[in-house]
Amino acid sequence: MSVMSDKMRTYRSHPMSLVFNILTKIAVTLTIGIFVLIVGYVIIKGVPYLKPSLFSANYTSDNCSMLPAIANTFIMLLAALVIAAPLGIFCAVYLVEYAKKGNRFVRLIRLTTETLSGIPSIVYGLFGNMFFVLALNWKLSMLSGACTLAIMVLPLIIRSTEEALKSVDDSFREGSYGLGAGKLRTIFVIVLPPAISGILSGVILAMGRIFGETAALIYTAGTVAKYAGLSDSGRTLAIHMYSLSNEGLHMNEASATAVVLLVVVLLLNGLASLAAKKLSKGGN
Amino acid sequence: MTQPKLQVKNCDLFYGDFQALKNIDLEIQEKEITAFIGPSGCGKSTLLKSLNRMNDLVEGCKITGEFTLDGVNIYKDMEITELRKRVGMVFQKPNLFPMSIYDNIAYGPRTHGIKKKAELDEIVETTLKQACVWDETKDRLKKSALGMSGGQQQRICIARALAVKPEVLLMDEPTSALDPISTIKIEELASELKKNYTIVIVTHNMQQATRISDKTAFFLHGEIVEFDDTHTIFSNPKEHKTLEYITGRFG
Repeated sequence: MSVMSDKMRTYRSHPMSLVFNILTKIAVTLTIGIFVLIVGYVIIKGVPYLKPSLFSANYTSDNCSMLPAIANTFIMLLAALVIAAPLGIFCAVYLVEYAKKGNRFVRLIRLTTETLSGIPSIVYGLFGNMFFVLALNWKLSMLSGACTLAIMVLPLIIRSTEEALKSVDDSFREGSYGLGAGKLRTIFVIVLPPAISGILSGVILAMGRIFGETAALIYTAGTVAKYAGLSDSGRTLAIHMYSLSNEGLHMNEASATAVVLLVVVLLLNGLASLAAKKLSKGGN
Repeated sequence: MTQPKLQVKNCDLFYGDFQALKNIDLEIQEKEITAFIGPSGCGKSTLLKSLNRMNDLVEGCKITGEFTLDGVNIYKDMEITELRKRVGMVFQKPNLFPMSIYDNIAYGPRTHGIKKKAELDEIVETTLKQACVWDETKDRLKKSALGMSGGQQQRICIARALAVKPEVLLMDEPTSALDPISTIKIEELASELKKNYTIVIVTHNMQQATRISDKTAFFLHGEIVEFDDTHTIFSNPKEHKTLEYITGRFG
């Protein structure tokens, strides 16, 4: 009781403090509420329609199987990451370990990556369509899609790798150079191992974006609902869901697909936070 | 007079526009401990780092003058890896790598091409013994080095530096982050190592300089005010500034 009255007294002399307290609580309630609402809506609408036929080996307009789309999604993930991860990681290594600070070129790269990360994905889609699909004549294909997605997640991977590398204490680098080690050995043996979990969590975030992407893929990878090789057009799970709801004939199947999409994205985010936890452990 | 182990002639050093060292001349004799003393920001650590070119890592750092090791110019006529192998360094804070004690010690020798396990085992044992930390570490060589106490870590750092068989050991305030007992251990260790190594130590602690060093250089505002036998510096300094500093009137 006395605690309560203490609080009330404080609020009486500082009314703004009460207002702010209430505002923050409203914000928290709204945020959690919206999240619960979306997840709840997807689950209630989707789970009843999660039938075994949705996972049939092949897609027909009757069963609306999402299995080909799931397979395509993982091919897309793999292909985009094989391109984007090494490129992004080496770019970050250059920025942190090799480039001189305040170098004009570095500032240009940083400006570019920041700008690129703010561009809507449809713009990447249109670029991919003009460049990979038309100019390089790769047609609507998984490869065109993967390249477009790789460009899209590149800034994300560069940024997170940069942060991970910067968080490695300079005293480790000094210690290594002080023993007569060169740059290459210092980077690979001393700097990269403690940074690896930070880099990994960036890659996993990139996976999440690739997984959920539609706009950039419609114009580059297309919407064919078959198992696709790199040179074929194929739909990922997100595109599958988009197509189903766009056609308007299979809303229930679209909802079921949404459940699967949600589960996988939640799993990926879980992995990301696990990797981040490992990073903070490594810092001790 | 014998050739000095390390010699600095006419050295100026700039960080950008700031002149950190002014016209430094210094001779460091073999198998002696030379101490650098002076208030913070006087350039003593900067000069120490120039002796194995760690200042190369600092952007905007310009050095002029001549630095020689056994008469060879270390900025012109020597590979930087060769220099840092011969002139080892122990830093202010223990900076063991996040790996096992064994791998920490073996990192240097592996860098310089020693791969045989028997040889590495031998190096790990001898250097840890030299650094008086073998008894505390022999049962946990494969465990993370970061689990040791600060004082133990610093002695392992010294062992790591010794593992590449240097001739000179640079120590940059090696005890400033340690408790008094660890400090005494490091000081005893330095006096012991003097038999085989040339040691240059930067210290804020004037008692430490009197306890372990043979020669002392007093730095102020990027210049060496006085350089002489430690005994002379602390009992009968020639410069008024030195007297003021060692009697605690500033700094």
